[in-house]
Amino acid sequence: MNFRAIRAIYAFEMARTYRTPLQSFASPVISTVLYFVVFGSAIGNRMMAIDNITYGVFIVPGLIMLTVMTQSVANASFGIYFPKFLGTIYEHLSAPISPIEMVAGYVGAAATKSILVGCIILGVSFLFVPMTIMHPSLMVIFLIMTALCFALLGFILGLWAKDFEQLNLVPALIITPLVFLGGSFYSIDMLPQTWQSVSMFNPAMYLISGFRWAFFGVSDVSIHRSLAAIGLFMVIFLALIWRIFSTGYRLRN
Amino acid sequence: MGASLGSIVEVNNLTKMYADGKLALKNLSFEILSGEIIALLGPNGAGKTSLISIICGLTTISEGSVRVDGYDVRSQYRDTRTRIGLVPQELMLEPFETVLGTVNLSRGLFGKKPDSSYLRDILIKLSLWEKRDSPIRELSGGMKRRVLIAKALSHEPKILFLDEPTAGVDVDLRRDMWRLVNDLKNTGTTVVLTTHYIEEAEEIADRIAVINEGSILLVEEKSILMKRFGKKQLLVELRQNIEALPSSLEKLGVMLQNEGRSLTYVYDMEADRTGISEVLSALRSEGIKLNDVHTRQSSLEDIFIQLVAEDKS
Repeated sequence: MNFRAIRAIYAFEMARTYRTPLQSFASPVISTVLYFVVFGSAIGNRMMAIDNITYGVFIVPGLIMLTVMTQSVANASFGIYFPKFLGTIYEHLSAPISPIEMVAGYVGAAATKSILVGCIILGVSFLFVPMTIMHPSLMVIFLIMTALCFALLGFILGLWAKDFEQLNLVPALIITPLVFLGGSFYSIDMLPQTWQSVSMFNPAMYLISGFRWAFFGVSDVSIHRSLAAIGLFMVIFLALIWRIFSTGYRLRN
Repeated sequence: MGASLGSIVEVNNLTKMYADGKLALKNLSFEILSGEIIALLGPNGAGKTSLISIICGLTTISEGSVRVDGYDVRSQYRDTRTRIGLVPQELMLEPFETVLGTVNLSRGLFGKKPDSSYLRDILIKLSLWEKRDSPIRELSGGMKRRVLIAKALSHEPKILFLDEPTAGVDVDLRRDMWRLVNDLKNTGTTVVLTTHYIEEAEEIADRIAVINEGSILLVEEKSILMKRFGKKQLLVELRQNIEALPSSLEKLGVMLQNEGRSLTYVYDMEADRTGISEVLSALRSEGIKLNDVHTRQSSLEDIFIQLVAEDKS
C-alpha cells in the first residue's frame, strides 16, 4: 500500500477545505440553522409529536443526514472532478497509486469534511432543542458509514461527469430529492400506503431511519435492515469504482 | 529485477488504437538507453504523446508491451512509475495551491517520504524558492513550466519525460531548461524529450528517434545521423551575374541561383570524391570570377524533413 500517497491526497483535499472555511463549514451550518428556525420553531410548534418525540427534536437526525449526504456527494465529486477539469489528474494516473489508494484519499477527505459539518450541526442543534442520544456509538458508526457511502457515490459522479453541468445535475435531480423524500423531515408511517411502498426503494430512507434509531430508538425500518442496506450500497459503489478504474473509463484513453 | 544491458525502457511491438478507431501506434519497437538524452521528433499526430502516455501509465496498451528498468508497465506499474517523472505539454496545475504545496503533493503521490532539503534544492535550481508560498495562479507561464518540472523531479525519478518542454517559453527559460537537462544527465538521469524545435534536439540530444504515423522511422546517435544523412552545400558567390550555366558545370550538378548571382553544389561529405575540385576547375576553365566561397552543413531539420517526406512517399 502507498500510504504516503493516501496521506498526500487526504492532506491536499483537507487543505482546500481550510482555505475556504466559510464555504466548507459556515454555509451548511447556516442552512441548517434556517431549517431549525423554520421547521423546528415556526412550523414545528404547530406539529404533533411523532412517536412521542417533539417535531423540533425529531428532525435533528434527518437534518444531519441531509447535510452529511449532500455534502459527502458534493465534496467527493468536486474533489475528483476538479483535477480532471484542470488536467492535473495526469499526475495521479502516472503515480504508483492503486485505485483503492486514490479512493481512500479522496473519499476519506470528503467524508471527513462532511462528518465535521455533521458534528457542528449536532452541536448547534443542542442550542435549539433539548435532546438525549440513546445509542451514541451506533450514531457515530452510522454517521461515518453514511458519509463514506455517499462520498463513494460522489466519487463515481465526479469520475463520470464530463462537465460542471453534469456534476451539479445529478445532486439536484437525484440525490437531494432522494434525501428529502427519505424521511428527513417526517416518518414514513405518515405517508399513504402506496408512497410507503415506494419509499422502500429509496436508499436514503434506510440510512436516515437507522441514524434516527441511534438517536431515539425508533425507526421506519429495523436497524438490521438499515445496516445491511448501507453495507450493500458500499459494496455496489466500490464495485462500480473498481470497474471504472480497471477499464480506464473517462480516465485513461 | 534489472534491465537488459544499457536499456532502461524497452518498447516491444506496441500498438495503440483509440476507441474512435484511430491507430496512433503501429507495432512499434525501440529502446531508450540508460543515462542518455533522447529526442523524439515527429510531426503533429505522429504518436509521440501516445507513446509517452503509455510508458507513463496515462494511456492503456492495445497490443505489445513496455518495460521500464526491467519492469512491466501494466503488471508492475508501481515499480515503473516510481522511476518516471513526467512534464506534460500543457500547463496543468491547481491554481489556488502554493508552489511548495503542489510539489509536496507530487512527492507524496509517488510514495516518497518528505524531504524538505531535497525539495528546497530543486526549487532553488529552478529559481522557484522565492515563490514557494505563492499561489500558482499568480505565476507567469514560464514559472508555471518550472513548477511542472519541479513536480516531475520531486520524487527523484531515473527517467524524465519532457513533452514539448519549451513550447511557448522565452529564450532565457529555454536555455535554462537545456542547462537543467544537461545537469540531470550528469547525475545519471535519462531524459526523453519530444519537441517541435529541432534546434533543441540538435542542441541537447545524444540520440534522435524520428516517429511518423505511429512508426519509428529511425533511432540513431545524433552525430551518426548527421553524418549519414547530412549533406554539405558549396555556395559560390559570383563577382558578375551570369545568364546561363555552362554545360561543364551543369554536368557536375551545379545549380545557378539568385538570378545568376550565385552557384550551389551539394555533395556528400562521406563520399571518397566530393567533386569540389572538379567544380572549382570548371569555374576556372570557364573564366568565372568568384567573390566568395563557403560551405553549409545540412541541419537536423533538413534531415527530419527529408526522412518524413521519404516515409510519406
